[in-house]
Amino acid sequence: MPDNATPLRQPAPAADTGDLQQELAELIVQALNLDLAPAAIDPQAALYGEGLGLDSIDILEIALVVSKRYGIQLRADSEENGEIFRSLAHLAAYIAAHRTK
Amino acid sequence: MTPPQASAATARERPQPRPGIPLIAHSRADAIVAYRGGVAVRAAEFLAEVMSVARNLPGGKHVLNACSDRYRFAVGFAAALVAGKVSLLPSTHTPEVIRQLTVFAPDVFCLTDEARCDIDLPRVSYPALSQGARAWPVPEIDSEQLAAYVFTSGSTGTPVPYRKTWGRLVRCVRDGAARFGLLDGRSYGLVGTVPPQHMYGFESTVLIALQSGAALCNERPFYAADIAAALASVPRPRILVSTPIHLRTLVSSEIALPEIDLVLSATAPLSQALACEVEERFRTELHEIYGSTETGQIATRRTSETAEWRLWKDVRLTPADDRTWASGGHVEQRTAMCDVIEITSDDRFLLHGRLADLVNIAGKRSSLAYLTHQLTAIPGVVDGAFFLPADEGSASNTIGITRVAAAVVAPGMDANALTEQLRRRIDPVFLPRPLVFVDRLPRNGTGKLPQEALQALVAKSLKRVAASE
Repeated sequence: MPDNATPLRQPAPAADTGDLQQELAELIVQALNLDLAPAAIDPQAALYGEGLGLDSIDILEIALVVSKRYGIQLRADSEENGEIFRSLAHLAAYIAAHRTK
Repeated sequence: MTPPQASAATARERPQPRPGIPLIAHSRADAIVAYRGGVAVRAAEFLAEVMSVARNLPGGKHVLNACSDRYRFAVGFAAALVAGKVSLLPSTHTPEVIRQLTVFAPDVFCLTDEARCDIDLPRVSYPALSQGARAWPVPEIDSEQLAAYVFTSGSTGTPVPYRKTWGRLVRCVRDGAARFGLLDGRSYGLVGTVPPQHMYGFESTVLIALQSGAALCNERPFYAADIAAALASVPRPRILVSTPIHLRTLVSSEIALPEIDLVLSATAPLSQALACEVEERFRTELHEIYGSTETGQIATRRTSETAEWRLWKDVRLTPADDRTWASGGHVEQRTAMCDVIEITSDDRFLLHGRLADLVNIAGKRSSLAYLTHQLTAIPGVVDGAFFLPADEGSASNTIGITRVAAAVVAPGMDANALTEQLRRRIDPVFLPRPLVFVDRLPRNGTGKLPQEALQALVAKSLKRVAASE
């Protein structure tokens, strides 16, 4: 992350990122061939480990999708990294704040 | 696992003093051994740190080196060698594997550089070190000294240990360094995306750097942008040691990379198309490495030019009993390879995929038998089976990973509870997708599970999900 990156906001109200959350859920299910409906992903549940049960390979896959669709290159040494994948809502909020396309 | 045995007889049979091999190949005290956050660590500083860590190790003979910083891992490994201890390198650190390690080696302790470490073993924290300490000359290690045990998952639920002596580990990576042209007097900077605890990362990011006079980058970059930054933190000539997953990610993302002089790839076969793409895109040379935990690295190929693998000098393959066996050179004992191999000449061969029961996901190897054993050992599970989804290849995602599936009979358990239990036993890459709950498995008259019946279960489960959308 660049030094001047905005601090991560708490997940915005559903009205703001709800559409983005829905779009992301669809992207994730499609990219990872997940065995569930996009709407079944709880926006507040953990994506990594417990919760949705994604692992590091999935996270790389999502990062690739995110870089292509929204023009964001994720970095692991960013302090926000743990936060970004805390939930679908956090990921959506991060993308909303940093997207370049 | 059979406990390690002291070999007094072997010692008696070898009255001659045995040749020592220098811990590192760097010939000057100010040669660079590593870069930490872009800062050079000189050979004499590295050795001082090794001696200091060695002095601080407890009495036990076996070390689980869990340091995530590649430089600290290398120091920990070297310190264990100097102190006459053996590093244990299991492929994963799940609680079940750790428990089995304590059966194998009751005196095992864990060396960690993390403030929080949930490995249930006596723990030694990587010590804070005094700045500016130096030590020289380079100590020599007996080539017959047992340096490490690496483990495969086995098929019965118990990991199988393999001995690695210092001399053979060194012989393997030196032959590799010569083949890749690293012994040309230049100081290479080496960036790896694989963990140092994995056999490939152990050989190709730690041992090869120590034994070819190269400098390793302490980081383990993850995202494409991290890899670019890590590469930029070391000077040319640069080596990137990676996997098909990360190379696919690098090519697919539109990121610009610093010049890379050599790319190494292992853990899964790379397609020729991707190899050519990597070479063209990053104007570099890519070599693929083939090997196994048991044998270490035994062959390479320039994938953009040929499908044929060339064996390490002195290593040979021979067919017997429907398998292909590796022996000679640095290979410790004659070993049956887990792949379908077509030998094309004395030192060349082609690979035609894995043997039926084996799975390899992101460099982690297991067998369906082992995974099934772990599943059915969970209290509350009546019956169960792991299997590969039928449409392997087509169902894989962009970076080319196919997962395993499982069917289970476990009345009264839900998917979350069962997955949580599995997570304690097997590496997360093998968690089943999908995990299908059934009233009974479709076993035939002889108790076997026909592939078609298992595939039908998965198809039915996927349809149900689709219908609920």
